[in-house]
Amino acid sequence: MSLSVHLFIKADTLFVRLTGELDHHTSMHLRDRINSLMDKFEIKNIIFNFRNLSFMDSSGIGVILGRYHQVKQKKGILVVCELNSMIEKIIQLSGLYKILVITKDEEQASNYLGVA
Amino acid sequence: MKSKRNNYAEVIFDAISENEAFARIIVAGFVMPLDPTIDEINELKTIVSEAVTNSIIHAYENKGGKIKLIIESYINEITITVIDYGKGIEDLNRAKELFYTTKPEEERSGMGLTIMEIFADEFYISSKIGEGTIIKVKKYLHYANELYA
Repeated sequence: MSLSVHLFIKADTLFVRLTGELDHHTSMHLRDRINSLMDKFEIKNIIFNFRNLSFMDSSGIGVILGRYHQVKQKKGILVVCELNSMIEKIIQLSGLYKILVITKDEEQASNYLGVA
Repeated sequence: MKSKRNNYAEVIFDAISENEAFARIIVAGFVMPLDPTIDEINELKTIVSEAVTNSIIHAYENKGGKIKLIIESYINEITITVIDYGKGIEDLNRAKELFYTTKPEEERSGMGLTIMEIFADEFYISSKIGEGTIIKVKKYLHYANELYA
């Protein structure tokens, strides 16, 4: 099982839909894909959709945190949604829930950022 | 009383990032006959993923090497041992601190050892500079059920 990454941009927000497993190996690929878009387009906010993500370890936290610092520089917001219980546990442990916005689904996230 | 060992597996593989998923699959496959809960499988997968990733990134600094994974099962108990022959950890107490990492530039979160400690019922780590690191964790399966059985 690897990671498949589906990216699209709506207004100033990058949508990141992940399917598969996010570990150290796949996180490097994900980071490069996101960064190349961040370089080319005016992106302020990021929405991570973990609906089809079956596994994530601390490498995932590293990627999210890295992207958080990028959007923060642009005064943007990072939203994560569709967390399963295991991913929620790791995000809780990381303290990320204090600096990120967590929503139930992508629709809620879009509404929150006004890009629905 | 020490319970009798039911099953044993030992796998040696290259310390390359592709093998993080491979190590998780080995562990998941090994515990499957013991009828673990989804949470138990996920916690074991996370533990082994963190340990193997540490060996690849820190012990061998992405230059490759060998990792030995040993899995043992007892009646209601799984033991996982991850051994590398890399550079070893200089300061174990600091390494165990939450969010401490020697590689922030690689976006490491510094959570690996803490996650392993939290998801395991018992956690041991020993390391020797220039010789390598051994991580051993024990996890009881169906522990909550047993209490009320």
